[in-house]
Amino acid sequence: MEFQIPNFLPLLPEITLATFGLVILLVVAFARRCGTSLAFYLAQAGLLCAVVATWMVADELNVTFGQMYLYSPLGDLLKMATCLIVAGGLLYGRDYLRAHGMETGEFYLLVLFATLGIMVLVSAGSLLTVYIGLEMLSLASYALVASNRDSARATEAAMKYFVLGALASGLLLYGMSMVYGATQSLGLIDVARTLFEQQAANRTILLFGLVFVVAGVAFKLGVVPFHMWLPDVYDGAPTPVTMFIASASKLAAFAMACRLLAFGLWDLIEHWRHMLLFVAIASIVLGNVAAIAQSSIKRMLAYSSISHMGFLLLGFISSVPANIHHAYASALFYALTYALSSLAAFGILSLMTREGIDAENIDDLRGLNKHSSWWAAMMAIVMFSMAGLPFFVGFFAKFFVLQAFWQAGYAVLTVIAVLMSLIGAFYYLRVVKVIFFDEAQDARTVGGHWFARGVLSANVLALAALGLFPSLAMQLCVVVMQNSL
Amino acid sequence: MMAPLSHVLTLGAILFAISVVGIFLNRKNLIVLLMSIELMLLAVNMNFVAFSSYSGDPAGQIFVFFILTVAAAEAAIGLAILVTLFRNLRSIHVDDLDSLKG
Repeated sequence: MEFQIPNFLPLLPEITLATFGLVILLVVAFARRCGTSLAFYLAQAGLLCAVVATWMVADELNVTFGQMYLYSPLGDLLKMATCLIVAGGLLYGRDYLRAHGMETGEFYLLVLFATLGIMVLVSAGSLLTVYIGLEMLSLASYALVASNRDSARATEAAMKYFVLGALASGLLLYGMSMVYGATQSLGLIDVARTLFEQQAANRTILLFGLVFVVAGVAFKLGVVPFHMWLPDVYDGAPTPVTMFIASASKLAAFAMACRLLAFGLWDLIEHWRHMLLFVAIASIVLGNVAAIAQSSIKRMLAYSSISHMGFLLLGFISSVPANIHHAYASALFYALTYALSSLAAFGILSLMTREGIDAENIDDLRGLNKHSSWWAAMMAIVMFSMAGLPFFVGFFAKFFVLQAFWQAGYAVLTVIAVLMSLIGAFYYLRVVKVIFFDEAQDARTVGGHWFARGVLSANVLALAALGLFPSLAMQLCVVVMQNSL
Repeated sequence: MMAPLSHVLTLGAILFAISVVGIFLNRKNLIVLLMSIELMLLAVNMNFVAFSSYSGDPAGQIFVFFILTVAAAEAAIGLAILVTLFRNLRSIHVDDLDSLKG
């Protein structure tokens, strides 16, 4: 057998990011005095270079490295979005890290390697690369959650995240081994082809494996009944890390669901649709109801993220052959806008934190309007968008998903989902009420570097602006999906 | 004589079940949790090797190398978190992990 040199060009973004990561490793080891600042700027430069590189090598759907690596417009879009979101997250989180004495070069290094894991996951073309990308992301995330070493809460959250995350990887791997056994191939394209031609050796083994794969994906998305880790990790982790887990990681989980379910195991849709249906409705109900009882804003946003991920899954469920691209595009739109709005929400919380002052509870936002009307308005926009009030982008994200869901023939469940999101509006609007109508306790406002504040404002205003032209962004998502599946 | 594939798969399933039960029933020691996780990955390896060897396709055995490597890295991270946790709590009992609730 002759060895063919694979095409390295499509890997340019990953190679760029890995190179910057290795340079940061050297900088952290050798530059003692200004190493941390240098690591921060290098991480930002690496992420922006990766965006440019992705833009340069963007191409049609194709594979290289013997199907290990699959590049597609969907992957390019998700990679650029991930890099930009992580860059924004590092920018917003820097002041928090400084105030808590946690700013080290290693922190930026871990974030960069986690991002690299997401990029590998996004462009995975085989079960092996899905696993490797997922573990690169997870292992770096466990360490990031524990990065505040002296906090009992942070280490406890890290331990819980580690045990449950490793369990999820184990379940996913067990499912993968069954899929491999039934199709005798690891490449997602080969798996899909074998299933399409009905050549799977043993259907029982295949379906047995599918259950485990769905469980693994549900774990990483953080949906009921695999959501136990989510509130504890959001609550215990430092805010910048929560920001990463709530935004970039969600894109990775979406990409993983796309690759495994919508691409590789597409022919089993009748089977995984019913599992996801239960999971999605249960998360929408539980997430919205449990969020009402929370007093910590990070826990509240964790339960709200459970319900948002339930909505995202509705897009997968509604992928009937008639409007398959539209359904997946609505899920993609949901994932992107959710990542953007949770980035903004945690960004504001993170910039409100200073030495000795934490913004962890809803009460900490009390009377924000008295001290800074601008940031009160910004937080209100984020909350309105997450609640799905009309003419913010969150409304259209929910609208597109529910439209696809309705068209797939789930009328009653659509009504239930709408009612649940009405219940959800209560706890978002309570935050707005606390900001505008409660008495301030002390002078709390959004601090931080002027540049971080400017980018954060632009980020929030983008949520409002996207709400004015949603069809444009949605059209982009549809085109991307048409060219990628 | 080779044992039939179903026997090996059953062994893998039993190992997997032991590890899952170990994670959920264990109320004492965090180190037992880490051991269960390792056992789970090894059960998966068993499956991969069995499928790969019975179908004559080496890709599954290559996957096993990657799983072994990642399992080592995972154990390192898990033990590191365990050490920081012990320094903060002075205990590695599962029941003591109760400060985050709600």
